[in-house]
Amino acid sequence: MKIVVTSVLVDDQEKALRFYTEKLGFVKKHDVPMGEFRWLTLVSPENAEGTELLLEPDQHPAARPFKQALVEDGIPYTSFGVANIQAEYDRLCAAGVQFTQPPVAMGPVTTAVFDDTCGNLIQIAQQ
Amino acid sequence: MADLFEALVAPARRAILDELCERDGQTLFEICARLAMKHGLNHTRQAISQHLDVLEAAGLISTRREGRYKFHDLNKAPLSAIVDRWLKPGRKGEGS
Repeated sequence: MKIVVTSVLVDDQEKALRFYTEKLGFVKKHDVPMGEFRWLTLVSPENAEGTELLLEPDQHPAARPFKQALVEDGIPYTSFGVANIQAEYDRLCAAGVQFTQPPVAMGPVTTAVFDDTCGNLIQIAQQ
Repeated sequence: MADLFEALVAPARRAILDELCERDGQTLFEICARLAMKHGLNHTRQAISQHLDVLEAAGLISTRREGRYKFHDLNKAPLSAIVDRWLKPGRKGEGS
C-alpha cells in the first residue's frame, strides 16, 4: 500500500490552485472535471512522481466549522517539508503570505505556520 | 496576589511564561508544540488551554484576536508585586 494522494479542504479550488502553484511553487498534475468541482491535484516540482496533494472542496457542512476551530487555535491542517526554512519564510513573506508562527526551533525540527488563504493553516518543517 | 502565586506554582505554567518571554504572540498550537518539544511536557491541548486560563485570570497573559487567529501575549506587570513586596526595602507588600 502506498500513500498516493493526500488532501487539503479548500473554500475555492481556483483560488487554491493559484495560491499553491504561484505562491508555494507546486505544479498541477491532474485536473479532471467532476460535476460542480474538479479532481485537482498538485505535485512538488522536486518530486513529480511523488505524493499528490488534492485540493478538495470544503462543501460538507461540517468542514468549515472544523477548519475555523483549527485556525483559531493555530493548528495546521498539514505539513510540507522544506530544505531551508528561513529562506522559504523570507520568500513567502515577500510574496505576501501571512504567517501565524515564524520559524521556531522545536528540538530536532524547525517549523513555521502560514495561512493558505483557503481556510487553512499550513506548517512547513525543516528536519 | 494569591492568584499570582497559584498561577506560578505549576511547572507547565512557568514553562509557558518562559516560552512567551522568548516570543510574544503565540497561538495555542505553538505553545503546545514548544512545551512538548522543548520541555518534554506532553499535556493534552485541553490541559494547556486550562493552564492558559489560569495565567490569564492572574493577569500574566492576555489573549488577542486578529482576524481568524487567536494569539497569547505575556503580561509581566503583575510580577512587579513580587519585587515590591520583597526586593524593595521599606515598602509594605500587599495581600497574603
